[in-house]
Amino acid sequence: MINAKTLDYSFDEESEGFGEPPKAEKAESRFGEKFFLAIVAFGVLAFVVQLLGAPFKGTWFGFLLAFIPIIIGTPIYFFIHYNDTEAGIKNDNVYFGSISAGGILGWLAGIFLIGFYVFLYWKPEYLSGGIEIVDPLARALSGGPANQWFLYGFFYTVLVLVFGIRMFMKYRHNRYQIIRTSSVMFFQFGLAFVIPNLLKALNQPEFYFTYFWPLKYEYLFPGTVSKFVSHPEGLGIFFIFWGAMMTFIAIPVLTYFYGKRWYCSWVCGCGGLAETFGDPWRQLSDKSTKAWKIERWSIHSVLVFVTVTTVLLWANSATGGQIFGEASSTLKRWYGFVIGAMFAGVIGVGFYPILGNRPWCRFGCPMAAILGLIQKYYSRFRITTNGGQCMSCGNCSTYCEMGIDVRKYAQKGENIIRASCVGCGVCAAVCPRGVLKLENGKTHKDRYEGSDKPVSAFIDSIKHFP
Amino acid sequence: MHVAIIGNGVTGVSAAIRIRQLQPDWKITMISGESDYHYSRPALMYIFMGHMRYQDTKPYENSFWELNKIDLLRDWVTEIDTQNKQLKLHKNSSLNFDKLLIATGSKSNKFGWPGQDLDGVQGLYDLMDLKLLYENCKGAKNAVIVGGGLIGVEFAEMLHSRNIHPTFLVREKSYWNNVLPKEESEMVNKLIRKQGLGLKLETELKEIVDNGNGRVKGVITDKDEFIDCEVVGLTAGVSPNIDLAKESSINTGKGILVDWGFRTNETDIFAAGDCAEIIKEGEERNLLQQVWYTGKMQGKVAGESISGLENTTYDPGIWYNSAKFLDLEYQTYGMIMPKAKDSEEHLFWEHENNLHAIRIVTENGSVTGINVMGLRYKHKVCESWIREKRSLEYVFDNLKEANFDPEFYTRFEEDIIRKFKKEQAA
Repeated sequence: MINAKTLDYSFDEESEGFGEPPKAEKAESRFGEKFFLAIVAFGVLAFVVQLLGAPFKGTWFGFLLAFIPIIIGTPIYFFIHYNDTEAGIKNDNVYFGSISAGGILGWLAGIFLIGFYVFLYWKPEYLSGGIEIVDPLARALSGGPANQWFLYGFFYTVLVLVFGIRMFMKYRHNRYQIIRTSSVMFFQFGLAFVIPNLLKALNQPEFYFTYFWPLKYEYLFPGTVSKFVSHPEGLGIFFIFWGAMMTFIAIPVLTYFYGKRWYCSWVCGCGGLAETFGDPWRQLSDKSTKAWKIERWSIHSVLVFVTVTTVLLWANSATGGQIFGEASSTLKRWYGFVIGAMFAGVIGVGFYPILGNRPWCRFGCPMAAILGLIQKYYSRFRITTNGGQCMSCGNCSTYCEMGIDVRKYAQKGENIIRASCVGCGVCAAVCPRGVLKLENGKTHKDRYEGSDKPVSAFIDSIKHFP
Repeated sequence: MHVAIIGNGVTGVSAAIRIRQLQPDWKITMISGESDYHYSRPALMYIFMGHMRYQDTKPYENSFWELNKIDLLRDWVTEIDTQNKQLKLHKNSSLNFDKLLIATGSKSNKFGWPGQDLDGVQGLYDLMDLKLLYENCKGAKNAVIVGGGLIGVEFAEMLHSRNIHPTFLVREKSYWNNVLPKEESEMVNKLIRKQGLGLKLETELKEIVDNGNGRVKGVITDKDEFIDCEVVGLTAGVSPNIDLAKESSINTGKGILVDWGFRTNETDIFAAGDCAEIIKEGEERNLLQQVWYTGKMQGKVAGESISGLENTTYDPGIWYNSAKFLDLEYQTYGMIMPKAKDSEEHLFWEHENNLHAIRIVTENGSVTGINVMGLRYKHKVCESWIREKRSLEYVFDNLKEANFDPEFYTRFEEDIIRKFKKEQAA
């Protein structure tokens, strides 16, 4: 007979949830952590007093006073914090933290980031204090004064680097994560920060070797192309060649061999920020079928939008503006505003603490859309599952930043072949039963039924869309 | 045709899905008093530790059940009337069925220890236990865990994440050594101690002590040692939950007695999963399997049986299982006994950092079992070696192919084979 206590159990686990269990006070003091947090706080304070008008604003002294404590203190804090536990997956308390679980602090962080992007794009004068503080570095690197884009690039790079070190500590048992994180740190620091600024110092056009059309849509717009062509010394021609080669040759070839991860979670700056600074929020991505449907519509619409815009711009420039008149440049402006600024910037990063760390990559990025189509229909990359070992716990799905319900495949022992997968490898890392493995197979044909006929599989999927 | 399923655990759900595939028009009702929807029981620990929320542990979206026309009923079954094919329910009055699957799982063992019913003493099996643990942890600093098995180590990990210090009482000489061979077991001992958890081997619980208000204040071991604690975790294994069947005309032993198609002695009544005991004709002991994977496989076969596939029988196949002891992953393929049989040859390799190990067992020249610790090996590959009775040479030649560790991980197969070949030559 079931006992009376059990019969009386009428808890609504669904809506009430279980909340946070009680926690005992920890005996030993965490002096090191507190000390280095205080150092970081000192750096932030030094930044703020300059914003408020401290006289050393705009000097090397002011710059170093703010950023040495931040850049040195944060990694040491992370080192001490993670060194306290054994190496291994430690996602303890992730869903109890207000910042990491989408609580009030998470929303405040989101509002702060959104505010920053709004100022950056539309009201840069509000950032003038910050721009002045990083001015010495801008002059040393690029030979010119700082502007809001330099400030942005500097913050961005610092975040990728210091949170990259957090990744090193958090996944110190996992060499895939360490190498991948080193890669995004290298590309952000070297190719997306130092080189573009040095190019400026050498009087060359600003150019990012790690961004291509359609993510960096301007690189194949006629205006940019003609600007590069007309630039003296010929480096501009090389940039056009590089961009076109990456878009039309490197993307299909590399994606065939390695999946979209070679770019999205190893090279791309948007991915770099998401995989480092964004990592604490990866669990917040929506895993529902509904979100998947929205995702497929929105990301492919953006791809169509940017393709149409590019084609119209070229048609217009070829005919000297006779066919479309102002239409194509209006389209370009709208693309820049709605997609380039609103979607990629404000929503793409501002909503990290609310939608998870890859809202742009998942719902908007046209580059991810192209890479995804190649990955799904014509690539060797797949995530394989280990026979019957899955126990459906859901760690893989929870920590998938792209909102893929990984468990749905794993519990059936099926390969995971999804256009959106960026190959970050965290599902395999958090799996407590060793069920998932990212692989580049020997061919693309053995991934799922029908994958040996990629074209008809693709056409079929359009017929059944959504 | 109306199929009722008691229990929405992995067995009940696997059966329901299989029945729906085979019988698109039958009515299926799945009853549970524990939760509205199916969740992954092994994931309970991750809710407590904050890795996931409850809703993240549900393997299927809520809409899945409506889409597949599987009716869910939140209620407790209080009686099975086999004569009238009717279930008596606690909240609702009753439910008639044409066919019935009992998938009630198991219950935590209690061995009649003095004080085992005090407040603060509990097992860890279901959502009720989880909720209770939240209550019991209020103000707790120390805990004692009785029994060194899989749930025990998970229980300890959970408490540890909330800064509550757990001490294991393990009856055996070494952690879980009635299942794990000596070396593997010692790796876990070391790990438990390294992470700062208490481990008392060859120690049994004698008594749980009352603080005067009906709540635990500590335990006394068989060595008459008193250990302060506010929580006692009883994790000394589980037994089939057969209370419902026992009070009916359904035959029971340790579990509900069934054949290889999960039929009980009563027509149209089936039982599968943890609660079922499969009768092995002509053998001394029947088959009781109580892990996630077997529950899933048994449910699927039970679903076929219920759907009317007369010839379906359960094939337990090559045994496999996996677990995680704190940070140490463990996978096992084939039957590896804690002590080597005389006819067996055991080869064991362990990395000097105590974090990786492999054991390969052969009998009469062919491989019969593989244990890996801190390494991931492919289920299908290991299973095929055992099924095809592959020689050690074959296994050595193909060992690399079995590795399932993530990319860029250090591979140990060359070291392993070198050591094993040297031992064999000696």
